[in-house]
Amino acid sequence: MTITNPDNAVKAPASSALSVTDLEVVYNVRGIPREVLRGVSFHIAPGEAYGLVGESGCGKSTTAYAALRYLPRNGRIVGGTVSVDGQDVTAMSNERLREFRARDASMVYQDPALAMNPTLRVGRQLIESFTLLGQSKTDAEKSALDALRKVRIADPERVMDRFPFQLSGGMQQRVVIAMALACDPKLLVLDEPTTGLDATVEAEVLDLVRVLRQESDAAVLLIAHNLGIIRSLCDRVGVMYAGRIVEEGPSAEVFDSPQHPYTVGLLRALPRRGVRKTERALATIPGLLPLIGSPLPTCVFLDRCAIASELCHTTAPPLVAIGDGTGRFSRCHHVDRIGEIQETPVSVDIAMLNTSAKGADVLELTHVSKTFHQRNLAIPALVDVDLSLGEGETLGIVGESGSGKSTLAKTLLGIEAADEGGSVSLDGHFVAPLTTGRSADEKRSMQMIFQNPDSALNRSWTVRRILMRSVEKLTGIKGDEANTRVEALAAHLRLTPRHLDLKPRQLSGGLKQRVAIARAFAGDPRIVVCDEPTSALDVSVQAAILNLLADLQSEKKTSYVFISHDMGVVRYLADRIAVMYLGRIQELGPTDAVFNGPNHPYTEALLSAIPNVDGEERVRIRLDGEIPSPANPPSGCVFHPRCPRAMPGVCEVSEPPLREVEPGHLMRCHIPVEQLVEMQRTPTQG
Amino acid sequence: MSRYLLRRLGSAVITLWLLATIVFVVVSVLPSNVGRQILGPFAPQEQVDALNHRLGFDRPIIIQYLQSMRRVFTLNFGESYTSGAPVNDVIFPALWRSGKLALLAFIMTIPVSILAGIIAARRQDKLSDRAIVNLGLATSSIPEFVSAAVLLSIFCVHWKLGKAFANPPDGATIVQQLQYLWVPALAMAITYFGYLARMTRAGVISAQHSDYARTATMKGMSSSQVMRRHIMRNALAPTITVISVQIGYLFGGIIGVERVFNYSGLGSTMLIAVGKRDIPVLQGAVLLVGIIYMFSTLAADLLIAALNPRVRLEVSK
Ligand SMILES: Nc1ncnc2c1ncn2[C@@H]1O[C@H](COP(=O)(O)OP(=O)(O)O)[C@@H](O)[C@H]1O
Ligand code: SF4
Ligand code: SF4
Ligand SMILES: [Mg+2]
Repeated sequence: MTITNPDNAVKAPASSALSVTDLEVVYNVRGIPREVLRGVSFHIAPGEAYGLVGESGCGKSTTAYAALRYLPRNGRIVGGTVSVDGQDVTAMSNERLREFRARDASMVYQDPALAMNPTLRVGRQLIESFTLLGQSKTDAEKSALDALRKVRIADPERVMDRFPFQLSGGMQQRVVIAMALACDPKLLVLDEPTTGLDATVEAEVLDLVRVLRQESDAAVLLIAHNLGIIRSLCDRVGVMYAGRIVEEGPSAEVFDSPQHPYTVGLLRALPRRGVRKTERALATIPGLLPLIGSPLPTCVFLDRCAIASELCHTTAPPLVAIGDGTGRFSRCHHVDRIGEIQETPVSVDIAMLNTSAKGADVLELTHVSKTFHQRNLAIPALVDVDLSLGEGETLGIVGESGSGKSTLAKTLLGIEAADEGGSVSLDGHFVAPLTTGRSADEKRSMQMIFQNPDSALNRSWTVRRILMRSVEKLTGIKGDEANTRVEALAAHLRLTPRHLDLKPRQLSGGLKQRVAIARAFAGDPRIVVCDEPTSALDVSVQAAILNLLADLQSEKKTSYVFISHDMGVVRYLADRIAVMYLGRIQELGPTDAVFNGPNHPYTEALLSAIPNVDGEERVRIRLDGEIPSPANPPSGCVFHPRCPRAMPGVCEVSEPPLREVEPGHLMRCHIPVEQLVEMQRTPTQG
Repeated sequence: MSRYLLRRLGSAVITLWLLATIVFVVVSVLPSNVGRQILGPFAPQEQVDALNHRLGFDRPIIIQYLQSMRRVFTLNFGESYTSGAPVNDVIFPALWRSGKLALLAFIMTIPVSILAGIIAARRQDKLSDRAIVNLGLATSSIPEFVSAAVLLSIFCVHWKLGKAFANPPDGATIVQQLQYLWVPALAMAITYFGYLARMTRAGVISAQHSDYARTATMKGMSSSQVMRRHIMRNALAPTITVISVQIGYLFGGIIGVERVFNYSGLGSTMLIAVGKRDIPVLQGAVLLVGIIYMFSTLAADLLIAALNPRVRLEVSK
């Protein structure tokens, strides 16, 4: 069998800023070179923005680093070329490469807090970018100040004088971007530049990138797992799978009518267009991304493809142009059969989910506050929270980081004691503020799932032992009976008996999260608090976990408190949503009501922050400034310094009460609801 | 800043008090008749009783304890039971001698080990790295009295380049003293080389993998510029901690080397005091080591604070 080289379909345009052709990269793992990139080709024109999407591990970052020749020590380019502005990057001498990085290319990546040297002042690090270009010290200082102004930093002199850790995440990322733009690069690579930032900060950084794109002629390579970001920012997108680009085209077209089975799978796994758990389960892509170095002689997606044919097993699909030469390509033999791909069947009992939301209250918080004390400073992290949670209900909790979401979770679980005067009750009776004071049965009733499953799983134990221990501890059942229960539990969570004898580190992120969920469910809890349980997972794994949670809920009538920053996910799973800001509930209501409005001005800003993959964008409402310190909350309405709708003379004077504006829909705002309806129909320009 | 220092000093005083108390308790529970021990088995009982009375051993334990604490906090440890000389005249000269030896060992080991650590990190997994790492492992796992004995037989006995009896005569010039001290100092240096080089290597490697090093490289800096301007500062903190911990260790823990070379430093002094149940000397020496240990960790913390603005700002609050 011969493998034809199909990459001649995309010809490098004469004038591309970045041109990657047939790029092959291997990583040496224990002495064996393993293929990661298996012939990647794409081209970005000057001023164009190109997005790369795909599951983690498919080779996006490797592509980006290879483009700047900054591969890890064990990585090597073994084939193909990368050229930036006509210069072959793979053939540069060290001296030339340095020059190239200084003048022609820049990179911004995840976690701006780590991207700067923690021991040097921001100014010094920024000035350095300019002195490396040959500027004198004084010129470099002027340029640095200009650069900070360019990234919309209000008080550049002051920022220059700070250390990185004294800046907020958004500011840090601005400074990093300022450094990257110092040389006016021909190529700007952004690898997950906003992952880990709050939604509002993320939106702010993305706005900045959008503006800067208009001011500069740099080609942008953007990697982001949030497809909405790619859609709103990129002209074209490449979908990557197992080291190949399997589909390419203008972003709106690719996301609206995907032409490769993998792209179809990715998009169906997303909770989008306001879909709810009561409507349908999310689609998942069966199987796993092949390991690096696996032999994939024909189609890289073969193992997971629902419409694979005989041909797919014998012949590698060429990259074929789709339509009438509008720049759309798919690497699939059966583009014409894309429509045949079925949604994965699911087993959620939708009728049960529909009715269960109206169960009796299992949990009730009344006047719950939590004040932390730090060096004789009182920090109210939670202020007078009243909440109830029905049997089988999911309450979504959203808000920027620092708004008190996790404190709320910890307080109701009894990890932190609520202040005097507040109470937590479970099934109608009060429980002690701390777990130590709660009965075994009460503890069993409330469990938690974390973002990082590792924190809940003992690394040196097998899955069986972890689950045994939870069953024994929570239910008191011992020995063989416990073992039977563990096996039943595992089967329920679709963990095979083989998984039971593995240790956590031998499991993928999704499987680990399953084990963590199994652990939480070991004692048939009444309430499970989920703190960002899927935000570290890929969309298709996320879909599987969300389906699982919905499934367990429909069957066991478990109630969830579901904390997430992803509005799509919250919308999918939650029956009601609480919006928190500075320790206070600002809005609380049924999911539909919260998404349809009218909204509290803070919710309005949150909802407008993130572009979604369907391209429907709300008018951006920009929030000025940062979340104030809870130790020193603003007067009146705590949101007033940032509120675009604040009414001077009223809002900074008195704090509005949490009022019911329609049945079950509460808001903490002075503006009468009729007026909010009016305002939000004709939104202010942000 | 001053508040931080005060806090640190406060905790140092408490630690010293605890240390002194432990020494006191250990010494008091040992069944021994100090007077008899000093005067020997043939001294008349009256003399023994009189001595015990003079030393305060017939008083209630609480009074003995308070006396002992007074000695500690006035840094006046009384007189040696064996020689009758003031304890301070015994321990401070010993401290001075140990200090000289330790300083020399440090001067010999620090630059070499840090350099070796950096070279190893920059040539990670290459031959030179493996060589340095394995050498470091080997040297730090050989007890110092063994390397001391080996060096002694090579340099002092075989080649006669150093002195087997390391106490320099009174009035020796610095150069002469060096002749006496370099072999025992080398024995200590060899032991610390392993720790320091490996610590430095680990620090540099992790800083090399850091995002800020990547940022600096992407700015177009050469790898040696990145190393000088961005990596060293961050990478050395763990090394500094190790050095400071070892200062205390050097003073207290070099007994083996001192014994091999018959050097009358603090370590030997303690050892002899234990053998002879010379409690005041033992107490004084132990506390001196404790004090040095505490000052060296404090100095290390301040140095780390100076290198790390986050700690610095925290400290200066
Ligand atoms: N230094 C390395 N050594 C070995 N394997 C690596 C290394 N870096 C990344 N990989 C592997 O290469 C594959 C592609 O990784 P990466 O380019 O980071 O993908 P992405 O950015 O799409 O998540 C993954 O399987 C990853 O585990
Ligand atoms: S080529 Fe075949 S296996 Fe590959 S994606 Fe297309 S249909 Fe599926
Ligand atoms: S009360 Fe005022 S400041 Fe607060 S949200 Fe409403 S309009 Fe904004
Ligand atoms: Mg990546």
